[in-house]
Amino acid sequence: MATTPAEPRAPEQRTNRIGLTVIDYKGGKTTLCAGCGHNAISERIIEAMYDMGVKPERVVKLSGIGCSSKSPAYFMNRSHSFNSVHGRMPSVATGAMLANRNLIALGVSGDGDTASIGIGQFVHLMRRNLPVIYIIEDNGVYGLTKGQFSATADLGSKLKSGVINDLPPIDTCGLAIELGATFVGRSFSGDKRQLSTLLKAAIAHHGTVMLDVVSPCVTFNDHEGSTKSYKYVKDHEETLQEMSFVPHFEEIDVEYDPGTTVSVTMHDGSRLQLRKLEEDYDPTDRIAAMKRLSEAHDAGEVLTGLFYVNTKAPTLIDLLNMIDQPLATLPESITRPSREVLEAAMEELR
Amino acid sequence: MATMDVAPQGTGGQLGRKRIVNDMSIQVATVNGSGSQSSNTVLLRAIFQMGVPISGKNLFPSNIAGLPTWYTIRANKDGYIGRKKEIDFLVAMNAETARDDVMSLAPGASVLYDEPLALDKLRNDLVFYSVPYDKLVATVCPEAKLRKLVKNMVYVGVVAQLLEIEMGEVEKAIRKQFAKKVKAANLNLAAAQAGFDYANGSLEKRGIFYIERMNKTAGKIIVDGNSAAALGCVFAGCTVVTWYPITPSSSLVETMIEYMKEYRIGPDGKATFAIVQAEDELAAIGMVIGAGWAGARSMTATAGPGISLMAEFSGLAYYAEIPGVIWDIQRVGPSTGLPTRTSQGDMLSTAFLSHGDTKNIMLIPCSAAECFSMASEAFNLAEQFQTLVFVMSDLDLGMNNWMSDPFEYPTTPIKRGKVLSREELEKLGGFARYKDLDGDGVGYRTLPGTDHPAAAYFTRGSGHNDKSNYSERPDDYEQNMERLNRKFETARSFVPRPEIHHGDQGKSKIGIIAYGTSHWGIIESRDQLRNEYAIETDYLRLRAYPFTREVHDFIEQHERVYVVEQNRDAQMLSLLKLDLKPELTTRLRSISHLDGLPLDARSVTDELSTMEGK
Repeated sequence: MATTPAEPRAPEQRTNRIGLTVIDYKGGKTTLCAGCGHNAISERIIEAMYDMGVKPERVVKLSGIGCSSKSPAYFMNRSHSFNSVHGRMPSVATGAMLANRNLIALGVSGDGDTASIGIGQFVHLMRRNLPVIYIIEDNGVYGLTKGQFSATADLGSKLKSGVINDLPPIDTCGLAIELGATFVGRSFSGDKRQLSTLLKAAIAHHGTVMLDVVSPCVTFNDHEGSTKSYKYVKDHEETLQEMSFVPHFEEIDVEYDPGTTVSVTMHDGSRLQLRKLEEDYDPTDRIAAMKRLSEAHDAGEVLTGLFYVNTKAPTLIDLLNMIDQPLATLPESITRPSREVLEAAMEELR
Repeated sequence: MATMDVAPQGTGGQLGRKRIVNDMSIQVATVNGSGSQSSNTVLLRAIFQMGVPISGKNLFPSNIAGLPTWYTIRANKDGYIGRKKEIDFLVAMNAETARDDVMSLAPGASVLYDEPLALDKLRNDLVFYSVPYDKLVATVCPEAKLRKLVKNMVYVGVVAQLLEIEMGEVEKAIRKQFAKKVKAANLNLAAAQAGFDYANGSLEKRGIFYIERMNKTAGKIIVDGNSAAALGCVFAGCTVVTWYPITPSSSLVETMIEYMKEYRIGPDGKATFAIVQAEDELAAIGMVIGAGWAGARSMTATAGPGISLMAEFSGLAYYAEIPGVIWDIQRVGPSTGLPTRTSQGDMLSTAFLSHGDTKNIMLIPCSAAECFSMASEAFNLAEQFQTLVFVMSDLDLGMNNWMSDPFEYPTTPIKRGKVLSREELEKLGGFARYKDLDGDGVGYRTLPGTDHPAAAYFTRGSGHNDKSNYSERPDDYEQNMERLNRKFETARSFVPRPEIHHGDQGKSKIGIIAYGTSHWGIIESRDQLRNEYAIETDYLRLRAYPFTREVHDFIEQHERVYVVEQNRDAQMLSLLKLDLKPELTTRLRSISHLDGLPLDARSVTDELSTMEGK
């Protein structure tokens, strides 16, 4: 108000570039377990969306079934959300984007929802390069049904009950890269900085983003012998790059040494700077990415970072050559051809 | 004459006097993949152009090439275009089935056969015509590679000559068939002419069947139901189509792709639609639901196996209240069943598709014209009631050629249902997604992307309250389910009403209820029942589920009601029983047709007259 003197604002009153506070990006109170990695991921999503100045009304949150898929209720209440059926969120996301190409789709899935029941729709989502940010909140177990192994559980990982997993895991990142996803990385719910940076770059990306975020299940998979526990991940994490992100709306010129840093210009003009921790790792090289992931498996590493990015590939929406306006709200004058057109069609059938 | 075979015995004496005009079934027996479809279409069109009502039914195997296929053209002066059991004129081109085909004919039928097949020794009560196809085709088609393709056009000329179909009409039909390929048209025309000339010079007409010009097809069109449905969806303002190929529904979407490209690309070259081939039926319906949720007019087309796969998602659409249109082009089940045969076997499972208490709106077209008009109705109902609408076509309707009146331009505007705009939200301040403000069970929704802070809501397939918040409260659940039921009851007054035909002498005590393609057998059977058994019937053709008031009244007004359907378990009769007062259910009797072939009038007449003690 004009009559009151200006006070320094509390963080929750600070606004982003579109004039919203972080409160405008909040969701309902979480019902997940205290300490669940998924809650940390929700926090990072809120931050990234706020920092990027994304209008919440443009975002659609989509999920399948499971603990992970409940989490969209816990962030961004001003965005439409659709908690659909188990393993089939990709098709719902695809339909929504066909209906309204201006939406920003954020899909939240789990390792069971993606790699077991949902593997069929997952692989086809990846190969279509639909514009969507697809996050797997990956804890290696089914939480909501009380701790059975999922298909991302590592070979030799142990359940609380002592059962040992004797099947190899599905590497969702390797799969996504092979099938055509254009922004693929892995992070850890406990790594604030890396996850935030990846999420902001994901928002700037045009195409399918696939982020596998290891997110320990404190109730069913955080014990000794589990390869998805906080301790195990901290002890075995290998980071590919140190990342920083410069959004397109910030006029900062960052100096970097092309010998040690790769700079990726995103679709919207933002820049992702990747300081190489491993010599010669090129995130635009698909084959190298898959090779490095395979090596990480063999070495028992939890490899994190941006594995692969391609800012040039056309998305499904590009390929469909659709009108710029959302199909959803096209008026009858556009979607119903004229009487003369019908008459011409009838004439052809006479 | 060398090629005229044994004179039919027994019937031979009468043949000279008897003439059957514009009332016959012509069957062409061939192998699939041999290119006979063009010839059959030309023959069909030539008769149609002479003003004689026709239908064309393709009986084909689930196979790409080399297995037996039969194409049956029915010409009927009275406009009966359902299947007729008896074949009057057989064109036997397939050595493998020729013997069986000939043996199954009724005495007096005509057979046109390829000379080497030597079928004339099989029976002496038929009229046989032998044609040296290879010799004839060699004279008109010097290029040996093409002969196989034009061989079939030779029989068109022979049949034309024998039945007195005008060659001018054959030529017109060939020109239409090969509109963009003048060379092919000329070659085919020469082949047909060679057949005609051969028959003219070398065959003596002994059969009793004739086509004569009449005027019952003026202005009409020939179209298959799937093309009609495709065109209907184009004019219904459909914007998103997702699909997974399955016989007999694939041609619906494939034709729609062609129509969309022709009629729905804007002046800037941009599409006003999106069509995506999904990885399976689960994804196809998932995309329909995602698109419907986000506000598109979305649809898919499938058949029974696809419907089964869509069960889970359709329950989500029912419970979360999301519009979409699903075309079920029914084929024979269970399981893979007979993929290329027709059935009405999905009625019961679709009505209640999915677990829990679910009920779905079904529309049931009987004709190409209804495939067209019901497309617009289906989309309007889906958005009005925020639910899936299933359009229950079948293989006979979808894939066969039907004579139809030209389609009428939709008179009802596109209705988008209760969708709140940004401005309305601004006025209201907010909304509760599933609150029944109007007493019709239908809440107000907002579309994702609506630029208002109060627009968003959380859509879920789990238990929810008015505001779409998660709820496990017993009263929330019960109230929600009761409201959904109220919505379904409201739909009763909005779905297409049945079509009722009364008997000539006022109201009969006997009623017939049927639906879909059974209609064509029923209208013919009612005339047979009247003419042959003096049984007068009234007839109600169902066009939708849930049933409207008229259905109850009709059953109330008749002592016995025969429910005729193309499935084993009297599925529609079962649905009726659930809806009726208990004392009325005993009036229902089932006539079921189960062989995968389109329903024919004679089967109904035989069974109904027997059940009536005649």
